[in-house]
Amino acid sequence: MKFVRRIAYRTFMFLLTLVLLVGIWELYKKVGPQDGGMLFGARVLPRANDTAMPHVSTMFSRYGRPEVRGSDKEIWQVVLSGAWFSLRLSLVGFFLGTTVGIGLAVLMARFTTVRRGLLPYLVMSQTVPLIALAPLVVSWGGKLEIGSFVWPRWLSASILGTFLAFFPVAVGTLRGLTSSPLAAVELMSSYAASWRQTLFKLRFPAAVPFMVPALKLGASGAVVGVVVAEISTGLKGGIGRLIIEYAREATGDPAKVFTAVFGAAALGLTMSGLVAFFDLYLMRNRPRETST
Amino acid sequence: MSAVANISAVEVIGASKIFNEGSDNQVDALLDVNLTIAPGEFVSLIGPSGCGKSTLLRLIANLLEPTQGVISVNGKTSAQARLDQDYGMAFQQAGLFDWRTVSKNIELPLELKGWNKKKRAARAAEMLELVKLQDFGNMYPWQLSGGMQQRVAIARALAAHPPLLLMDEPFGALDEMTREYMQGELLRICAETSTTVVFVTHSIPEAVYLSNRVVVMSPRPGRILEIIPVNLGSKRSELTRAADGFFRCITSVREALRGTHADHVASTAIRGAEER
Repeated sequence: MKFVRRIAYRTFMFLLTLVLLVGIWELYKKVGPQDGGMLFGARVLPRANDTAMPHVSTMFSRYGRPEVRGSDKEIWQVVLSGAWFSLRLSLVGFFLGTTVGIGLAVLMARFTTVRRGLLPYLVMSQTVPLIALAPLVVSWGGKLEIGSFVWPRWLSASILGTFLAFFPVAVGTLRGLTSSPLAAVELMSSYAASWRQTLFKLRFPAAVPFMVPALKLGASGAVVGVVVAEISTGLKGGIGRLIIEYAREATGDPAKVFTAVFGAAALGLTMSGLVAFFDLYLMRNRPRETST
Repeated sequence: MSAVANISAVEVIGASKIFNEGSDNQVDALLDVNLTIAPGEFVSLIGPSGCGKSTLLRLIANLLEPTQGVISVNGKTSAQARLDQDYGMAFQQAGLFDWRTVSKNIELPLELKGWNKKKRAARAAEMLELVKLQDFGNMYPWQLSGGMQQRVAIARALAAHPPLLLMDEPFGALDEMTREYMQGELLRICAETSTTVVFVTHSIPEAVYLSNRVVVMSPRPGRILEIIPVNLGSKRSELTRAADGFFRCITSVREALRGTHADHVASTAIRGAEER
């Protein structure tokens, strides 16, 4: 029952925020300056004209019209299949990232030397710009040959998702694994429990509250990685590609690019929704201090 | 008498514990402690904060290694006793796992011993009955009061029927009423299961009410100052708390403690005078 109520409450708050955002957008469009506000030669207020800020209703009605003149596909179908394509890549990236992240966290929790040695490199890895990395991963992947396994192009995009996803998962899980109360650890060793038993019966369950926010970051990281990789490697079929294509038509068809942007947002929401569901399930029998 | 009956439950011979030996923040926690505890005995360790009573308990539990000396439990080395789960342990924080039901918490040591599900469930039910929480097996620890949680912790500690129970201020976080009730319950449980108990506490009445012997310890470095026998019989009740013998014992424990306290005050006073 509590489970259902929590979901209902969250959905309500989500919709309320959405209505507010639309309201703010339309309000600014009504009262904002058509050509933007200039202050000492710098534009401090965005333009409120139809090219820069189409009406929300225009954006949504755009979904019902064909992608290009004469095409028999309406744009919602194109955006949906693009989002679905990117979602699958993101899921692969997220899954790999979670596996690698948790694996690293376990290693770092087990061996202090590994933690000391590895953690700075993990932090450093996140400062490498994704755009620079994308072509490298593609070319490495192209050279890879393991038996009959041929590296598919989409896998490079997933790997870049992995690259952004694993870091928060590794750090959050490590924090969770090392957060067990001393008394609980002493209790386990008073039972002569092995490290492995302590890991699965104490450390992992105790780490869940730390892992959930990390997984949320990881999920959105996977989406960002995949979308950026699609754009920078020119991979066709995904939502990232659609954003780039539609943005080129922004002067003639300003609402079009927003349809793809919302598609990407929905993709991110789907991913974090999956994690939220996982969270509600795992924490269903635990005390909660906050309601969100 | 058979040889088995002569084996003491706990034997501590010349045990010392020094933390961070040789460094600037070296702490002499325990100095040459000797203590023998017979099977079925209830022994309390009492002393001011930092007297090493918890350290002594952890040495017996083999959670710490002594710097010097030998500790045996049930005639085995303390390390072997830990591997064999020859003792159960309870802490000030009940330390129950939030994600497990009360029953599953009690089953934890049995799981680690590799018992099957059916056997575990049967034992958990038995333990719940022992601590009078039959109806709470399917609840979660955070849904229970502090006293109930502590009873679950005791049930968990005794689930594998260990001959020895080690307790580190288990009732320290409870209110006075609950505390006295829990003391009575603990005595009943230990009598029913004929368990040996080593009990660390700050409270003089608690130590006297529960124990056959009270071990009074000095502040750092922790040494045993005196071992005071409590002759209040094996059957204790609320009437015991009003008995003359109870108060006499409290007085002697207090004097033993205060003896050290007076020395301690005197020595700091002298040191203070020298510094001035």
